[in-house]
Amino acid sequence: MEDEQSFSDIYGGRLALQRRCYSPSCLEFCLSCPRITLRSLTAVTCTVWLAAYGLFTLCENSMILSAAIFITLLGLLGYLHFVKIDHETLLIIDSLGIQMTSSYASGKESTTFIEMGEVKDVVINEAIYMQKVIYYLCILLKDPVEPHGISQVVPLFQ
Amino acid sequence: MVLKAFFPTCCASADSGLLVGRWVPEQSSAVVLAVVHFPFIPIQVKELLAQVQQASQVGVTVLGTWCHRRQEPEESLGHFLEGLGAIFSHKPWFQLCRERGSKSWSCKATHWQGPTSHAASGEDQVMLIFYDQRKVLLSQLHPPAVLPDRQAGDTTASAGGLAAVFDTVARSEALFQSDRFDEGPVRLSHWQSEGVEASILVELAKWAAGPVCLLLACLLSLVSAASACRVFKLWPLSFIWSKLSTCEQLRHRLEQLTLIFSTRKAKNPAQLMRKANMLVSVLLDVALGLMLLSWLHRKDLIGQLADALIPVADHVAKELQHLLQWLMGAPAGLKMNRALDQVLGRFFLYHIHLWISYIHLMSPFIERILWHVGLSACLGLTVALSILSDIIALLTFHIYCFYVYGARLYCLKIHGLSSLWRLFRGKKWNVLRQRVDSCSYDLDQLFIGTLLFTILVFLLPTTALYYLVFTLLRLLVVTVQGLIHLLVDLINSLPLYSLGLRLCRPYRLAAGVKFRVLEHETGRPLRLLMQVSIACILPCSSKGLREPG
Repeated sequence: MEDEQSFSDIYGGRLALQRRCYSPSCLEFCLSCPRITLRSLTAVTCTVWLAAYGLFTLCENSMILSAAIFITLLGLLGYLHFVKIDHETLLIIDSLGIQMTSSYASGKESTTFIEMGEVKDVVINEAIYMQKVIYYLCILLKDPVEPHGISQVVPLFQ
Repeated sequence: MVLKAFFPTCCASADSGLLVGRWVPEQSSAVVLAVVHFPFIPIQVKELLAQVQQASQVGVTVLGTWCHRRQEPEESLGHFLEGLGAIFSHKPWFQLCRERGSKSWSCKATHWQGPTSHAASGEDQVMLIFYDQRKVLLSQLHPPAVLPDRQAGDTTASAGGLAAVFDTVARSEALFQSDRFDEGPVRLSHWQSEGVEASILVELAKWAAGPVCLLLACLLSLVSAASACRVFKLWPLSFIWSKLSTCEQLRHRLEQLTLIFSTRKAKNPAQLMRKANMLVSVLLDVALGLMLLSWLHRKDLIGQLADALIPVADHVAKELQHLLQWLMGAPAGLKMNRALDQVLGRFFLYHIHLWISYIHLMSPFIERILWHVGLSACLGLTVALSILSDIIALLTFHIYCFYVYGARLYCLKIHGLSSLWRLFRGKKWNVLRQRVDSCSYDLDQLFIGTLLFTILVFLLPTTALYYLVFTLLRLLVVTVQGLIHLLVDLINSLPLYSLGLRLCRPYRLAAGVKFRVLEHETGRPLRLLMQVSIACILPCSSKGLREPG
C-alpha cells in the first residue's frame, strides 16, 4: 500500500513524502529532498573560476588555474558525498525498533537503528532558526542510568 | 507483541527437520540456532539439548518444525510434523515451511490448548528475521559473557532486545560442534555445516602461546625487578633517568610487553583489542628498527655520520660566535650599552670555546658510541628516535645553558625593575598580605632607589635582546625535539590492528545492526534481513551509529 504526498521545506524546495505499509507491523516513510540544480552548480563554478582568473592576472602563475580546477572538483565530490542528502527513509518495525537511513547524492548510505526498548517518546520540537520558528520531529531516548531521565534527543530527517 | 523468529540464513536451504533454539519471552522472539534432521530419536535429541544447556547455560529447546518441501506437498510429512508437536511441547510451537526453489515462505505459530485441538486457537502473526550466524557470532555485540553476580543457570533476562539474541548465539558454541555429516545420533545443520572453520596455524599458535607467554612473562618480570632496584633510585641517577626520553620510552615498552604477555586472559573485547594493537605496534616498531639498522650498515652511514659530526659541531659554534659578535656591535641598528655588551659577549664566547674543546676531546670515541647506539635500533625504531632526540639535546647543551643565563638575568632585572617602580610611586609589596601597600620611604632610600631604577631601565634593552635571541634558538631546538617525540608517539599509539580489521574483517568492529525488508507478498509473513553494520571511521552524519542495548 503506497501513498505519496508533496510538501516544501524551510528554504522553499520541493519535498516528496512516500509512505509504504508492508504489513500491519511494519511501516516505511521515505522523504526525498530537492536535487542539486544546474543553476546553482554553474553559479558556484563560475564564481570560483572568476576569482582564480583574477588572482592569475595578478600573479601570472598558471598553477592557480589548475589549483582552482582541482578545488572545484574535490569540493563537488566532497559535497555530494558528505553533505547533500538525496532521500531519507524511516522504517518502523513493531516491537523491534526504528531504523533511519540517509542516502547521500553519491550513493553513500548511513543507517542508524534504535531499539524499541530505548525509545522513550516521539515528539515534535520547536527551534528558532534565523527569523522563524521551525518544527522538527525527534525521538527521545531513555537514559540507562536514570530511568526517568532522557539521555539523547535524536532528530529525524536532516 | 508481534512474534519474531530469528532464522539463520545458512539453514534456509537445509532439509526438513526440527527447529532448535531459544525462546526469549520478554521480547516474544524465538532465536533458531540449528535444524535437527530426520531420522532422529526424540530421547537422544533431548539428551543432546540437556548437555548443551549444561555446558553453555543457554536454555536451548525444540521450538518447532521446519519443512522444506518439493513441488508436491507430502501429506504424510505434514501430519508427522504436527504429531511431533505432541512429543516436544513448547509454547508457542512454530511451523516454518518453504517451497523448494521459490521464495515463498509460510510460518505459523500455534498455542496448544490440548492434544485434541489442532485448529488455530491463538495463531499469531509472525515476523521472520534472517541473520548471518557467523557474522553475529564473531561481531561481539553482546554484553560481556562473565558477570560476577550471576548464578549458573540464570539466564540474562535483563539483557535488552537484540543483545539477548547475540548473546544466545555467542554462548551456544557447544551446539555447533557436531553437524550433519558426523556419525553421531543426532544430525544438525548450522553455520558450520558447510565445513568447520579452523586453521592449522591458528590452532598451533594458540597451543604454543601458553608456554611462550609464561616464559616471556618470567623474563620480563626479572627485567622489571632489576630496573626497580634501589641503586637506580639514588639522586644523580634518578635525575638523569627522568630527563632522558630514551629511558621513558624503554619503560613504556616494558610495561606494554608485560601487559601483552601476562598470563591473564583479556576480560572483554575492548581489552583484547588493546592487547592486539600493542602487540602489532611493537612488532612493527622492531621491524622498522631492523630495516633502519640494515640500511645504515649497508651504506656504512655510521662512519660517515661520525666523520661529519665534528665539522658540524664546529660550524654551529662558529655561527654562534658570529651571532655574538653581531650582538656586541650594533645589532639591527639598536644602540647597546657598550660595557655590559662586552661583558656578556665575552662570557658567552668563552663558554662556546669550552664546549668546542670538549667536543674535540670526545672525537675519537664518537664512532664507537654511534655504532653501539645504532645497535639499539634492534629494540625498535622508537628507541632509536628517542636516542636521536637525546643526542640532539646533549649536543645543543650550550644553547640550553645560554638560554638559562639569559633568562635568569632578564628575570632578575624584571623583578628589580618592578620593585623599584613601586618604590618610585611610593608603594611596597606586602608579603604577609600578598598585596601592594603604600609606604613612606626616607629620603636616602628614595634617592638610591631612583638611581638604581634608572640604571636598570637603561640596561634593559641589552639584556632583553640577549634573552630574545637565545630564547629563539632554544625554541628551535625544542621544536626539532618535539617533532621527533611526535613521531615516536604516533608509532606508539596508532591502532594498527583495528585498522587492519576494518579493512579485512569489518564485521568484527560492528557498531550496530540494520534491517532490510525482503520481497513481500500479501498473505505471507513479513521477512526482514538483519545485517551487522560496521563502524565508520569518518564522521558521516550528526546522528552517528548506536549500539543496541
